[in-house]
Amino acid sequence: MDLDLISIIVAGFTVSAGAIGPALSEGYAVGKAMDAIARQPEAAGPLARTLFVGLAMIETTAIYCLVIGLLLLYANPFVG
Amino acid sequence: MGNPFSPHIAFMIGPVPISMAVVTTWGIIVLLALLCWLSCRKLQINAGRWQSVLEILITGIDDQITQIIDENKVRFFPLIATLFIFICLANLIDIVPGLSSPTAVLETTAALAVITFFSVHYVGIKSKGLLGYLKSFTEPNIILLPFTILSQITRTFSMMVRLFGNMMSGQFLMGIILAFVGLLVPIPLMILHVLISILQAYIFTILATVFIAAAIAEDNKGD
Repeated sequence: MDLDLISIIVAGFTVSAGAIGPALSEGYAVGKAMDAIARQPEAAGPLARTLFVGLAMIETTAIYCLVIGLLLLYANPFVG
Repeated sequence: MGNPFSPHIAFMIGPVPISMAVVTTWGIIVLLALLCWLSCRKLQINAGRWQSVLEILITGIDDQITQIIDENKVRFFPLIATLFIFICLANLIDIVPGLSSPTAVLETTAALAVITFFSVHYVGIKSKGLLGYLKSFTEPNIILLPFTILSQITRTFSMMVRLFGNMMSGQFLMGIILAFVGLLVPIPLMILHVLISILQAYIFTILATVFIAAAIAEDNKGD
């Protein structure tokens, strides 16, 4: 197979694999935060802030995968 | 849709190429400066409509900062508020037809992340002294020193890549949708993109605030 073709296929796999984990964990984190807000509505402010920071941390892995996918597609060092 | 890693060159100043993102950034800086000058020219005790909006914005940012950092907030307020307002406007300028947001280019977000990186260390050294700040890296244990240093670099890198990735992928998504269906269908996605733009500005600012708070905290927690 051509190196271009392999890069395109692997880019697709990278993004799909990188989307599964963060999606599951973000759903779990948001669910837990909803539980906590339902139990203590007055703590919604700090909870939301911590949730956003945590979601940003989780999302980082997905974005790394996205960047690797884009590098494979647009800035692949092995494809002339 | 072009390559997101190669900048779109607008013009050259001598040997220095100036990209479109830099021109847009200059535009945003001029716009913000003009806006500040015009709205701070005649401030009144009984705030008018526009002044009330500005006061809500400023006190909102101030509240967020005081919830995270409780000492000497005045020192950090200009930096953090500027970061938030600039990133928010830079993300949202995408809505104006013909302009693309400078934060969808890696160089702008890299510059913002470098500003955050150096201000975190500057604030840490200023509040604890050089030796005290260096000593805080060896807590809780000296064995973890390589990891704490590594985390300083990776978290800055991830701030940069997060903002860039979100903004750039929003533009890409819009381009792909527009290539398939032109009329009315992209509008809900554009609304979602507006939401994501403000949220990413908020996340970048909150992370910068949390890192500064961790740098000045006595027992290096909250990281």
